[in-house]
Amino acid sequence: MKKTVFLGALTVAGLAASAAAAGTLDEVKARGKMNCGVTTGVPGFAEPDANGVWQGFDVAVCRAVAAAVLGDGNAVEFVPTTGKTRFTALASGEIDMLARNTTWTFSRDVDLKFEFTGVNYYDGQGFMVPKDLGVSSATELDGATVCIQTGTTTELNLADYFRSNNISYEPVPIETGAEAVQQYNAGACDVYTTDASALAAQRANFEDPSAHVILPEIVSKEPLGPLVRHGDNEWGDIVRWTLNAMITAEELGVTSVNLDEMAAGSNNPEINRLLGTEGDLGGMLGLSATWAKDALAVAGNYGEVFEKNIGENTPIGLARGLNAQWTNGGLIYSPPFR
Amino acid sequence: MTTQADPQVAVKPAGSFKLSMLLNDTRYRSLTFQFIALVAIIATMAFVGGNLVRNLAEAGLNISYAFLGEPAGYDINQRPIEYDSQSSHGRAAVVGLLNTLIVAFLACVTATIFGVIAGVLRLSNNWIVSKLMSFYVEIFRNVPVLIWILIIFSIMINAMPAPRDFRGDNATSSMLFDAFAFTNRGVYSPKPILGDGSMIVIGVFIASIVGIFLFRKFARTQLYEHGKLIPTFWPSVGLFFVPVILAQLVLGSPITLEYPALKGFNFQGGMQIRGSLIALWFALAIYTGAFIAENVRAGILAISKGQTEAAGALGLRPNRIMNLVVLPQALRVIIPPLISQYLNITKNSSLAIAVGYMDVTGTLGGITLLQTGRAIETVLLLMLFYLTVSLLISAVMNVFNNRMKLQER
Repeated sequence: MKKTVFLGALTVAGLAASAAAAGTLDEVKARGKMNCGVTTGVPGFAEPDANGVWQGFDVAVCRAVAAAVLGDGNAVEFVPTTGKTRFTALASGEIDMLARNTTWTFSRDVDLKFEFTGVNYYDGQGFMVPKDLGVSSATELDGATVCIQTGTTTELNLADYFRSNNISYEPVPIETGAEAVQQYNAGACDVYTTDASALAAQRANFEDPSAHVILPEIVSKEPLGPLVRHGDNEWGDIVRWTLNAMITAEELGVTSVNLDEMAAGSNNPEINRLLGTEGDLGGMLGLSATWAKDALAVAGNYGEVFEKNIGENTPIGLARGLNAQWTNGGLIYSPPFR
Repeated sequence: MTTQADPQVAVKPAGSFKLSMLLNDTRYRSLTFQFIALVAIIATMAFVGGNLVRNLAEAGLNISYAFLGEPAGYDINQRPIEYDSQSSHGRAAVVGLLNTLIVAFLACVTATIFGVIAGVLRLSNNWIVSKLMSFYVEIFRNVPVLIWILIIFSIMINAMPAPRDFRGDNATSSMLFDAFAFTNRGVYSPKPILGDGSMIVIGVFIASIVGIFLFRKFARTQLYEHGKLIPTFWPSVGLFFVPVILAQLVLGSPITLEYPALKGFNFQGGMQIRGSLIALWFALAIYTGAFIAENVRAGILAISKGQTEAAGALGLRPNRIMNLVVLPQALRVIIPPLISQYLNITKNSSLAIAVGYMDVTGTLGGITLLQTGRAIETVLLLMLFYLTVSLLISAVMNVFNNRMKLQER
């Protein structure tokens, strides 16, 4: 048995090395499909719809990158990953990028050898409790049983928060969000904690969403964003600037509706550079000149993707808040296209 | 004639060694092949190992166990030893290890009990009983243990009341004898609190158990040597209870019970056996019990029918035939496969994370691995741990097996 696992570890290490050696961009082009790691299902962020087609806020990023590289937003193979399997899947080359509510932290960036290519959602960890418990603040949770997804940053934040407030709790570690919701609904735990956005998303699927409240305390900073393997900077640039293109498009007012009109040429040189009618930004990335136009054609700009999947008119009902454009007082800000 | 059967042996005098003899001479050939195989294995291992080291170095990773001393940062619900989120990863691993041993021990004991009962009853002459037992064995043996763990756990969390159902004037659930609470988070029971002088009570208890053994031994010698049958059951029961209760009363109740009570979100005080432990324990026990039942049945069937008939002819009742004649002999057949069932239980306990039980795979191989990213190190440690535990179980059981073996004189 010892040998088998040893050989298995070697295989993984070998795969990682071979994946790093060849450029991811060339591999994706040769394959004709991009492998994108997503969650096993968080409504609004990444979930297959009734027809089995993956939809959501994170999924849109995957599709945009695929469109920028391959010209087709459907040329994506979605690989569902759990909190435990996501990093191994990315490190081993099983997936080309990970867009899975993953928090950008120092140790993941530096120690685990990944490259975060930006932030597509500024989140924070929150608590959800049934309304009839009569709890209005997280500081009243002394002695509560807390359901938590294991292998996430939330696990550490939870320990820190309860320790610094000097209150006790009983953790119930769970593998996936779906199982956590099942236990929470059965009353096996009093509190469910994860990123506030995911809480809102899960609650939207409950039988009676109004019977549950999300407590006002946000106990951590959780900048969520797509990530790639460390070391392949060309591929990292493509993912980073595709996300930036979506953000910039919202800032410049390029939407899926007026995209063709704008792509014909406009008075704004930055729009022209973005959409490839001026300069050669696409060539610098090793992509076609219309890479950003292709990416935006899939689902529109950042704001449109937000409103369609998790915005206030969806069952999930998240406000833009921190995720508004910097011009509207939010943190969403893209470096300039020039 | 014998010299001609192997001409090389006969003809070649010692000392004149040719290289071709390594392949042609039967004396050397097997050694040659073994040597070649050995070199090939070493070369493969060296190549693979070198590859690993080089790839790790390229990826900027190094093998280091320094993380074991760093603070873990996460909490564990079931802590046999003191632990908090500021304890080290190493201590978290030890907590997980103890949790693994706890569930493995409980499941081994329970599975043996289930197995022996089901195995004996499956051979019963009563049609219903034997069919029921075959039903149990076939159902549990042929469905993966992970599925059983999940089924039992989800039945538990959905069928049992939540602690909040115990609250209020029109509570839908109530505690059994005001001492036991069965909830979907586990079972809460009273916990003995040891006060001053409780050591004396415990000492008395141990002494009375020793006394029971001595008494039974005395009764046996009386039976074998003098033919006097002394009743042992009721005196044993008396010896078990009376001295302890007397000591407890005389010393003014040094051992008290702490009852669980609903406080805040959960029951507080008392002893909590968590739902995850119960589900894992029960699933492992009932699943492996089905295998042990088959071992037991095989062992019993291996004893020739003549033994049973001879014992019957001596006037022994069926109960005593089973206990005194058949089972002791059957044990010799049962124990060796039983060892591997115990090993299976220990290894299958690594499925604990499915119900959120924090065993060593959950702490060291789960959270620690993810938070530190030290996959190779933690997996090697895990392998070492399971290997050690399995070898220890085998060693202990082999000693037991040797003692039960037929003593040849």
